[in-house]
Amino acid sequence: MKAVITVTGKDKVGIIATASAQCAKFGANIVDISQTVMKEYFAMIMLVEIDALNTDFAAFADELKKAGEENGVDIRVMHEDIFNTMHRI
Amino acid sequence: MLNTQDILQTVTMIREENLDIRTVTMGISLFDCISDDPARLEQKIYDKITTSAKNLVKVCEELERTYGIAIVNKRISVTPLSYVGAGLSPDGFVKLAKALERAAVELGVNFIGGYSAHVQKGAIKGAVNLIESIPQALTETTRVCSSVNVATTKAGINMDAVKRMGEIIKETAYLTRDNDSIGCAKLVVFANIPEDNPFMAGAVHGMGEPDTVINVGVSGPGVVSAAIKKAGQCDFSTLADTVKKIAFKITRVGQLIAAEAAARLGVPYGIVDLSLAPTPAAGDSVAEILENMGLECTGTHGTTAALALLNDAVKKGGVMASSHVGGLSGAFIPVSEDRGMIAAASKGTLTLEKLEAMTAVCSVGLDMIAIPGDTSAATISGIIADEISIGVVNTKTTAVRVIPVYGKGVGESAEFGGLLGYAPIMPVKSESCEAFINRGGRIPAPIHSLKN
Repeated sequence: MKAVITVTGKDKVGIIATASAQCAKFGANIVDISQTVMKEYFAMIMLVEIDALNTDFAAFADELKKAGEENGVDIRVMHEDIFNTMHRI
Repeated sequence: MLNTQDILQTVTMIREENLDIRTVTMGISLFDCISDDPARLEQKIYDKITTSAKNLVKVCEELERTYGIAIVNKRISVTPLSYVGAGLSPDGFVKLAKALERAAVELGVNFIGGYSAHVQKGAIKGAVNLIESIPQALTETTRVCSSVNVATTKAGINMDAVKRMGEIIKETAYLTRDNDSIGCAKLVVFANIPEDNPFMAGAVHGMGEPDTVINVGVSGPGVVSAAIKKAGQCDFSTLADTVKKIAFKITRVGQLIAAEAAARLGVPYGIVDLSLAPTPAAGDSVAEILENMGLECTGTHGTTAALALLNDAVKKGGVMASSHVGGLSGAFIPVSEDRGMIAAASKGTLTLEKLEAMTAVCSVGLDMIAIPGDTSAATISGIIADEISIGVVNTKTTAVRVIPVYGKGVGESAEFGGLLGYAPIMPVKSESCEAFINRGGRIPAPIHSLKN
């Protein structure tokens, strides 16, 4: 199973480090990273394997959200199925 | 591999365009609670609801965090109580309403529907007594929702019930006069009521439904509105395609949540309701969609056509996205719950007559409309009869949820709070329809109901 982590906000030093440190802490393996600009915001997208999470999915999502708030960016963790369902027939 | 733009589109829809799941509603049959002892009936109903739905809120909260999308309401619908409590007195029904309220509080759900009766051709004793108890029940509870089906295309219109409902609405308005007659916001009069509608105040768990079921109502006016804005000055075919594509995506999320909630709760999945449901929040308005199509103000000429296009395109896009579609499935136009509708009504561009015309091309009816407190019961019955006729003749669901706000008149507004919003008091005709309403009896079913 995979989850998609999106980080959006004003670009600043250490955003990737913040998100990837949390992934390492909770056992989420990063399989892909890309970044782009969405409107005036920086947007980073990480695809992570969540089969070996050492906590439950909701707690993982909450921790990343909190880490984002501490760094002034919006971090969302969403199960990949929501994207697969919406964008694939 | 997922496409970056697709991911960002989903995130934008949720973050900026108010995409959410409007409601996950668990339908619960209460037929196995029937007892000739009122106290035992009450206890069995409370126990069945609190046992069947004990994990509903918890599972919905897990899903919100897993998929990153808000599930705004968690709700329950039950078998119409007029059947389950057929032997009860009006006082007995009020006690049942309080039991439903206690169950709703215990479970943390904001509304519970099914304080209902179906009387399209005539009323059983339980239905008569339940209808009599509605004003008291809606005054003594805050989460219980009531509905009465007074007509079907097959049966015609029970005008005795239409007459009585005008009086019941007035009584409810009076009893809840300290809160802008809010009791009436929890009471809907229907034609062709669906048996699997997840939306309040009209949700009931129908006779042909399984013991328990999960039905989901999607939302998304903000998403449709943004897509139309982005499409710019295109022709109508492109406009309809734009709505279809976005409706597909919205509905797919509803389908995912419905299937996943049902699986985690161990309950069958029923339907996804494709209705676009607005909220009073900015950017979550059906009126704004119509205005983005090119209307200066909702209610002006062209509004019915714009709404017809929208409603049809939403269904066409949504139907392929879900394995089972049901409920009301159409754009909602509740006045008090839609910021654009409130503005248009305050300006006087959106009138009761125009709203009635709009309901011929969408679901669900004259919804959350505040009218003067001194409107007579007969006039309210006339409003109901007109709206119900549209449903009966066009073989569709229509409904009336009007609030004659006690002590207030045109120029003032009513405040209901939360998702129910606020509404300017809209004028009604002053000429009487009392002699018409007083005829009594039934309006026969239309000729095209004879399809066999």
